Amino acid sequence: MNSVESVCVAGLVAIVQIGAVLVGGPLLLGVMRKVRSRLEGRRGAPIHQPLLDLRKLITKQRLRPFEASWVFGFGPVILVATVAAVAAISPLATTRPPLGQSSDFFAIIFVLLLGSVFLALGALDTGTPFGGMGSSRAMTVGALAEPALLVAILAMSIPAHTSNLPALVRIGLAHPVVIASPARLLALGSFLVVILAESGRLPVDNPSTHLELTMIHEAMVLEYAGPDLGLTMLGESMRLVLLLGLLVNLLVPWGVADRPGALAFVIGLVALVGKVLLAGVAIAVFEVFSAKLRLFRLPELLAGGFILAVLGAVTAVVSR
Amino acid sequence: MSNVSLIATASAGLGAAIAGGALPSKTRVASAVLLTWVSCGAALAGAAEVLHSGHPLELQSAQLLPLTGVTLSLTPLGAVFVVTTAVVAMASTLYWLGYASHGLNSRTASVALPLFVTSMLMVPCAASVSTFLVLWELMALSSLALVLNDQARREEARSAAQWYAVMTHVGAAAILFALVLLSAHAGGQTFAAIAAHAKHLSGAVRSTAFLLAVVGFGSKAGAVPFHVWLPKAHAEAPGPASALMSGAMVNLGIYGIVLVGDQLLGGGPAWWWLCVIALGVASALFGALYAATSTDLKRLLAYSTADNMGLVLIGLGASGLFAATGSHATAAIAMVATLLLLVNHSMFKGALFLAAGSVQVATGTRNLDRMGGLMRRMPVTGVVFLVGALSVAALPPLNGFVGEWLLFQGLLHGLPTTSTVVVFAVLVGVGALALTGGLTVAAFVKAVGIGFLGRPRSGEAADAVEVPYSMRFGAGLLGASCVVLGLLPMLVIPALERAARSATSSAAPSSVHGWVTLHLAGLHGVLAPVLLAAGLVAAIAIVASLRRLAHRRSNKWRALRPAEPWGSGRLLQTPRMQYTATSFAEPLQRVFDDVIRPARDLDVSHAMESRYYIERISYRSTSDDIVEQNLYRPIIGAANWWGERARSLQNGSVHRYLAYGLVALVAILVVIA
Repeated sequence: MNSVESVCVAGLVAIVQIGAVLVGGPLLLGVMRKVRSRLEGRRGAPIHQPLLDLRKLITKQRLRPFEASWVFGFGPVILVATVAAVAAISPLATTRPPLGQSSDFFAIIFVLLLGSVFLALGALDTGTPFGGMGSSRAMTVGALAEPALLVAILAMSIPAHTSNLPALVRIGLAHPVVIASPARLLALGSFLVVILAESGRLPVDNPSTHLELTMIHEAMVLEYAGPDLGLTMLGESMRLVLLLGLLVNLLVPWGVADRPGALAFVIGLVALVGKVLLAGVAIAVFEVFSAKLRLFRLPELLAGGFILAVLGAVTAVVSR
Repeated sequence: MSNVSLIATASAGLGAAIAGGALPSKTRVASAVLLTWVSCGAALAGAAEVLHSGHPLELQSAQLLPLTGVTLSLTPLGAVFVVTTAVVAMASTLYWLGYASHGLNSRTASVALPLFVTSMLMVPCAASVSTFLVLWELMALSSLALVLNDQARREEARSAAQWYAVMTHVGAAAILFALVLLSAHAGGQTFAAIAAHAKHLSGAVRSTAFLLAVVGFGSKAGAVPFHVWLPKAHAEAPGPASALMSGAMVNLGIYGIVLVGDQLLGGGPAWWWLCVIALGVASALFGALYAATSTDLKRLLAYSTADNMGLVLIGLGASGLFAATGSHATAAIAMVATLLLLVNHSMFKGALFLAAGSVQVATGTRNLDRMGGLMRRMPVTGVVFLVGALSVAALPPLNGFVGEWLLFQGLLHGLPTTSTVVVFAVLVGVGALALTGGLTVAAFVKAVGIGFLGRPRSGEAADAVEVPYSMRFGAGLLGASCVVLGLLPMLVIPALERAARSATSSAAPSSVHGWVTLHLAGLHGVLAPVLLAAGLVAAIAIVASLRRLAHRRSNKWRALRPAEPWGSGRLLQTPRMQYTATSFAEPLQRVFDDVIRPARDLDVSHAMESRYYIERISYRSTSDDIVEQNLYRPIIGAANWWGERARSLQNGSVHRYLAYGLVALVAILVVIA
């Protein structure tokens, strides 16, 4: 294969992965809402409702508070952009994503963090009490979730001798024992806690509440209107799909394309959709039966995640 | 060519100080700045030569210093510190041009600042104990004068200077003991003689010297628990001086530890480095926590300096530990990561302190709770501060991220070892790295979001205007270097590797390769900062233009309309209703209540008529440094108590003094007999 062709293939893979996350995000949101509605005895909106919302929002006018600076309008853009950039190089449908060599777990987490930081800054830029409230709470949760995440990455990286994400998925394919090892399972448990916290799901934040005093994420985006609101919604849902995709590929990598070739890639994509869908439904079912934690009980949950990750790292070292 | 640059650096620096002292106030600052730039340029040339060739520059003069003479030698390790100092100094002195009219154009300040810069440029060149100590003391005294600069206006500056003077001299005493101990045993006071003799020293002497050096230099680097002076002095020092102290001076504390530990003693047992790691972990966690809860902008930055020096110490300790347990490849990576963290820290912290100084000039306050809306009023300063903040929060594609990534990789790859101690130390190190990471992000979202975004919380903030060009350029220079080093870390990494090799006198091959993608030799770790940045920029451009396009296609009205914020339908929103730095940090403060132990004071006064009506509530919450409260206050109290007791010896009675004389004489006779 010559180099031009390989660049084209890489670009195609990147575009398909971004597209899958782009469309999959809102759809997953719709599915999760549907599952919740059904279990709660309601009929619920159609699954593609979030996509319809997006189409509506994108045609509206953007509003900016009088005193806000460029940071306010930049927040939603960078949120979506960071998730899209990470989706392009992550091992979602294939373990050979473009620039896969440099898709380092540590780097990816910090790129995603960039999006969250700008969203929090945008919220503070509104000059309203609720923006500050959401931003402060989101940063508190983030500050407590990040340690768990980084130690979890360390725990997964120790057996593989690398923090390269495609390599972590590949080692699971090659040596399924690694996945069943306590180190990987504990670390993934911690990762799951972090995903729930970072994407504002129960029991950390209730995505369907609109009571200001209890909100975290929704309070941050109160002032966004039109396309900006659409972008924040899109970005958040894309991030959920992306993180779930990474989680399922680290937990059950089977199906992901490990060879070059169109067929393998398509199979990988289908497998990814199936796995993420299952994970999303599982989270939705869990949400029906759980209540939101008080804000000041969250440190206990996140510290639990941190302990899981530390235990994972310790067992990884011990069982080497 | 060899030592011309050293002479030029010193003489231009002294010339700058003389010009600052002698010239009239109109030309004083400009000529001092010009000569300081010449001095920095000469230092850069010399350092570049050393880093290129790998051979040290030597200079000796028996006449300059009585009794001992001056011995200078610029090694590759020292050259890295000289370059860093020179860059920060050039930016800060450029900034000084605009800042001078805000109370920094006195004769004292114009002498002290060039002297401070020159002494910092020369400290890494010192190659004998006496030369080193003289330059070290010169650096301490000139910076002390700068901390005292605002003392006429601010009471706090005096107390800060007192703390700084005492702490820096306690540290200097520890360094003096360490170096004198070594030179006494080596029988010569040049560093070369000490290094040659270090192998023959007994373990006890080596360890004593190293621990004393860690205490002495650690206090200069702001390592907890020797950091108490740092948030006071860095906050009270005027803008350019605080940038120099935080961006360049604290580095020299780390330089000292590397100098004694690696260059003079040639490495040591594992427990030395465990002590260094422990010091680093304490500093990192403590600094990050206090940065996250501070409401004073410059105090926040100062605590963040303690945090960053903690990470540097973790890297340094890990490097020593790996070397002590025989894994030299990872030791080299950890050392390069350490130096990269240091260089990066100088760039972003220099930029942040300069920007904070601009804010102080424009608003007259350092209190975040009285700022807000500055991004619109001071766009350049705001963007520089934002870049610095993202960088210190280790977010890509800026330089702080590359340093932390390298440190993480170094720690990760240090793990394949059989030593339980190493495993434990690495796990604790990564834990600290992780915990501080999250807190730092929160601290700097607070600093940017409360300080620069939103609506102005005070009249001064509302009336703020952008600072003069020289101040913008000075801060912008360091901000731009954060971006450049974030994209192309290979600009400095080869030099850092050379420095690391010269410090540890190892012949390890270079461990980091590749301009576009960073490869770690022998390890499976790759990072492509440029590609990452390009991808991000492309994605941002695409998303932003899609947002524009989608609107254009279907509408006639303007895409963006400024409007009254909705705020859940609340009418009459005032800027006072916004979140403040205090309220932003409140959840974190509550989570870490047991560590910070803030003092809260709630005072509710009820209306006369009925207790159901509240007339006034006053709430006061202060979080003082717990190390200061629990460690230093008792010591100061004990010293005062002892002084009071000693006072009763003196009552002015001649008879009593005669009796003292008699008792002393008898005691001496008894001892002699």
